[in-house]
Amino acid sequence: MADTMQFDLVSPEKSLASGPATSVQIPGADGDMTVMANHAPTITTLRPGVLRVEAPDATTEYVVTGGFAEISAAGVSVLAERAVAKGDMTAEDMSEMVAEARAALNNAKEFFENEPGPVDDAAKLLADMVAMGDDMGIGSK
Amino acid sequence: MANLKELKNRITSVKNTRKITKAMQMVAAAKLRRAQEAAEQSRPYTTRFNAVMGGLAASVGGSGSAPKLLSGTGSDDVQLMVVMTSERGLCGGFNTNIVKKAKLHAAALKAAGKTVKILTVGKKGRDQMKREFGDLFVGHVDMTEVKRVGYTDAQGIAKDVLTRFDAGEFDVATIFYAQFQNVVTQIPTAQQIIPASFEVEEDAAEAALYDYEPSEEAILADLLPRGVATAIFSALLENGASEQGARMSAMDNATRNAGEMIDKLTIQYNRSRQAVITNELIEIISGAEAL
Repeated sequence: MADTMQFDLVSPEKSLASGPATSVQIPGADGDMTVMANHAPTITTLRPGVLRVEAPDATTEYVVTGGFAEISAAGVSVLAERAVAKGDMTAEDMSEMVAEARAALNNAKEFFENEPGPVDDAAKLLADMVAMGDDMGIGSK
Repeated sequence: MANLKELKNRITSVKNTRKITKAMQMVAAAKLRRAQEAAEQSRPYTTRFNAVMGGLAASVGGSGSAPKLLSGTGSDDVQLMVVMTSERGLCGGFNTNIVKKAKLHAAALKAAGKTVKILTVGKKGRDQMKREFGDLFVGHVDMTEVKRVGYTDAQGIAKDVLTRFDAGEFDVATIFYAQFQNVVTQIPTAQQIIPASFEVEEDAAEAALYDYEPSEEAILADLLPRGVATAIFSALLENGASEQGARMSAMDNATRNAGEMIDKLTIQYNRSRQAVITNELIEIISGAEAL
């Protein structure tokens, strides 16, 4: 059996999960990464995606958006602005989030007419959301 | 001599008042517990967030490339005050204390020649601030519809504040709220959120050991706006707990006062009733003697 590490998932409203985990797959901003015990200390931002936690007895998946993960010698802490267990995620939630991202993109387009930076960021966020939805089979048009 | 009937009515009305204040106190106690729980549950997020931000800010803050949200715009001429109060009254000095603190702050800033802008959250604060500083208002956030403060509410306020900041409307933002100490003590607090200040922990040096993905600057730029939302969210939660605590003790006092008043009125009522009886007896006796 592989070594375990401490895993915490917290959102601003409450702490969602805390316990030992053998590996955690994090949807990092630069790509997915899997963290196992004794990983090098890292801080990464999250993109919308699925967080997979493998504990010795069970595997759980969460949908997370916005936030960051802190990997240290003590374990992994994921701080997500919104985190929902994958099973509790419905198509309505998904389309709501996509609509929000789309509105943010339109806002950014209007506000930063001559600056591509924020517009691209918003576009990427939207694309990530849609991709995540499709991946889960509850994508919205 | 006070009319017996009148006294009786008075006693009944005070008794009804006592029932209401008692009920309000119990409701506030239940809500307080929930508010405290909510504040408790948000604490892990806030503590960790601030710890990471503190480390990041310490390592990036020195360089010239720090985002404006952290380093400031280089001036402090235009100050935004976000005054958070409750939507309802009957909670003792809760709102007044916050507003008093905010007014002092605003007056000091004005005396120093700064431009002050005010954004209010909660109806009570708006009403109280309007009298003196009505011309400085730039906006108001209505929370009447919000039953339970969620992170999205904080995000909404943060978005409002950040849009104004991006548009260059102000240089420094400060939030005003009451920190919950216990049921009888709530401390009105001013906290500067833009430019952000994080307490640098002593293990800040350790933060330098982290790998960053993407770069430190990019993470900081991504997280600072979230930091504003987080600060506002915890202020909202503290405020919620403080409001209920203040209401609870205010209603407790009111209930006690009503009880005292009832006792006094009852004594007065009994006395006057006895006086009436004695009077009647004297009349009968003197009538009988006259025969």
